Amino acid sequence: MMRSVALRKTKNLLMTALMVAATLTVLVPLALIFVHIVKMGLSSVNLDFFTQIPKPTGETGGGMANGMAGSAVMIAMASAIGIPIGIFGAIYLAEYGGSRISTVIRFAADVLSGIPSIITGMVAYSLLVVPMKGFSALAGSVALALIMIPIVLRTTEEQLKMVPGTLREASLALGVPLWRTSLKVTLRSALTGVMTGILLSIARVAGETAPLLFTALGNQFWSSKLTEPMAAMPLQIFNFAISPYEDWHRLAWAGALVLVTVMFTLSLAARYFGRTRER
Amino acid sequence: MTTKVKLENLNVHFGNTHAVKDVSIDFPENSVTAIIGPSGCGKSTVLRSINRMHDLAPSARVTGKIILDDADIYDKGVDPVSIRRRVGMVFQKPNPFPAMSIYDNVIAGYKLNGKVNRSEADGIVESSLKRVALWDEVKDRLKTSAMELSGGQQQRLCIARTIAVKPEVILMDEPASALDPLSTLKIEELIEELKEKYTIIIVTHNMQQAARVSDFTAFFYLGELVECGETRKIFTTPDKKQTEDYITGRFG
Amino acid sequence: MPPEATSQKWNIKTGLNGDFIFKGITVVFAFSILAILLIMVYEMAGESLPAMKKFGWRFITGQDWDAVQGTFGALPYLWGSVVSSVLALLLATPLSIGSAVFITEIAPKKFGGVIAALVELLAAIPSVIYGLWGVLVMAPWLQQTVQPFLIDHFGFLPFFQGAPYGVSMLAAVFILMIMVVPIITSITKEVLLAVPQSQKEAAIALGATRWEMIRMAVLPYGRSGILGAVILGLGRAVGETMAVTMVIGNTPQISLSLLSPAYTMPSVIANEFAEASSKLHSAALMEIGLILLAVTLVINALARLLLWSVTRKQSGGGL
Repeated sequence: MMRSVALRKTKNLLMTALMVAATLTVLVPLALIFVHIVKMGLSSVNLDFFTQIPKPTGETGGGMANGMAGSAVMIAMASAIGIPIGIFGAIYLAEYGGSRISTVIRFAADVLSGIPSIITGMVAYSLLVVPMKGFSALAGSVALALIMIPIVLRTTEEQLKMVPGTLREASLALGVPLWRTSLKVTLRSALTGVMTGILLSIARVAGETAPLLFTALGNQFWSSKLTEPMAAMPLQIFNFAISPYEDWHRLAWAGALVLVTVMFTLSLAARYFGRTRER
Repeated sequence: MTTKVKLENLNVHFGNTHAVKDVSIDFPENSVTAIIGPSGCGKSTVLRSINRMHDLAPSARVTGKIILDDADIYDKGVDPVSIRRRVGMVFQKPNPFPAMSIYDNVIAGYKLNGKVNRSEADGIVESSLKRVALWDEVKDRLKTSAMELSGGQQQRLCIARTIAVKPEVILMDEPASALDPLSTLKIEELIEELKEKYTIIIVTHNMQQAARVSDFTAFFYLGELVECGETRKIFTTPDKKQTEDYITGRFG
Repeated sequence: MPPEATSQKWNIKTGLNGDFIFKGITVVFAFSILAILLIMVYEMAGESLPAMKKFGWRFITGQDWDAVQGTFGALPYLWGSVVSSVLALLLATPLSIGSAVFITEIAPKKFGGVIAALVELLAAIPSVIYGLWGVLVMAPWLQQTVQPFLIDHFGFLPFFQGAPYGVSMLAAVFILMIMVVPIITSITKEVLLAVPQSQKEAAIALGATRWEMIRMAVLPYGRSGILGAVILGLGRAVGETMAVTMVIGNTPQISLSLLSPAYTMPSVIANEFAEASSKLHSAALMEIGLILLAVTLVINALARLLLWSVTRKQSGGGL
């Protein structure tokens, strides 16, 4: 009853073919998405896209200048809130935290990063929009910051742990206080890795739409006040994509191309920083 | 004594590194041959070429012949899978499958040939475990995880798993180097018993071990076979100065 | 530990000093993670109280969602979320494991690395862009090609009845599948890379073919990590908002047919929360959010525990 080797080899080939097929099935839709974004985006993007605000329905042309500016403002504010919290939190885990409490915080950060971003939006709504009696760029920034914190914290901690303990001890032995050692020695030698985490977290929130729906809300026009609704690129892409107008679809594709380009650039930069660190 | 495995002008390259240089040697049937030499001398590389483990490493290139009985295992059209069922291998670190029970570990390789009925499997598990003198220690907990065994027991389990496939040759790559002295002794006794049925080739960095367990010894240095012959002769009156220096501990 | 000792000494010498302040800041920021989680749960629970009090368990079993009448039953959204996520996972899991195995065990190293990098880049595409593609390219294609085919050939099944709308449960399942595949694939890839060479060699030396080695040594060794990856994918699918909202058709109904439009929990929040008509309406949406939060908390906790057990084993060395 020995099963022939030929049969086993056939099965091996069959399973290999199945796995190749699975990989192709995974790559094909992703390639299609990519091709469509590039094709539709390139034919739609022009100078107006970067300088104009959306035109009212029925008029052709227009752009997403206000959305880009709004996104930039809110990402900058979210970074200003989220990055310090993430980095200092990571320093606590790496330098002070007892093993049990660090594990709890680490676990909480991992779980937090898996919570749907729309929930973050709802929480920011009830914490900021309701008391301030209005949708605002500030609320949007806080919602984005909540998403950034766990990402920055976890990546920074990983990087800090990789700094050799001898380096830290050398500095401490010279009489440098721990806080200066943490900032000037540990954090600095992990800087490229920390940058990777920051870039990845920015890339992540740059495309977030759900948390902005009821915080920043979006705006058809320019807005300069942080206490007022502000336009954001992902929101504009969403609204234009589900609209029935051909011309707005065009803008949505252009926006998608710009957004994806920005995100891939950030990812590549993150990879670059990651690589120089390895060397 | 008949020759079971014959290496003819064996060369192994990894990328640009020439790891094994033009080695020719005979391994006699139903005996234990030890391969000794300082680390990096290519002894493990030679061993792993005998059951075509180098097929796994894309950078490895094997030339020359390895003749098992009377056929070259590197001939075109020879299936490495069937070669490995005739030439089993035991590794330096015990590597039982952690997700499987003791029972399933032993029968894992045998089962690849097709469905095995219950009583047949029971018989193979029992005889294999008895052969490695593990049966009495584990017969009451065959269904528990293999990871609950001690290191020495795990290694004997791995040997049982290897002989359950009914190979003709067993390759052992420093099988006792990760074990305590008592477990090492058990493995050495086991090797002595196994040679009645199998041809055994063992790589070891421990010269006392080579002297204790082997009938023949081959000494490798920098990828070349320096000398081989009966163990007693190699350890008492070697022909080459390099061999003498090594076994007397003057280098390596 | 030396750092502790040093900070102690400084405290003794100078009382309040840089170290003390610095440590204080890090403590506050680190614990803010826990605070954020607690505040989230507290806020969501507090805000949904009116709906909980009014409807009790009927909120989960009720099917009527009428803001004008003031009755809110969330069953259609629960149904839509469960069906779309589970079906997407059923499709995505074999594909992801298959491609992760291809990347780690079959493809030449460089080629596998390129595919892995592509998959990782694609995991970074924002969901609104998947939605854009889904609603403007995939849904029309489904409507014109796939759905008529299914109706013609499998129309006798309850799953493929009705008119081809394009935007539908089927579209949501497909877009979710496309979105979670990169996530599950890249985590599974990491898990499989952690399988020790010695395990693979053990199988190969027993005369296993490559597939037998994968089945005997690779997949069993990585099973808890792979399970963690799949559960993480489930969490992502359940919480996915924008892409699903754009392609599912947003109709609160419970239908067996994959061709009919449906609705999910995140989608109804996305569509109605900003314009909730009454206190009760927004409380009902908050309660849906609370259910979503609870479900994703459990899912993510489970997934992390599974994945952590794998990485700990890895850092522990040896087997």
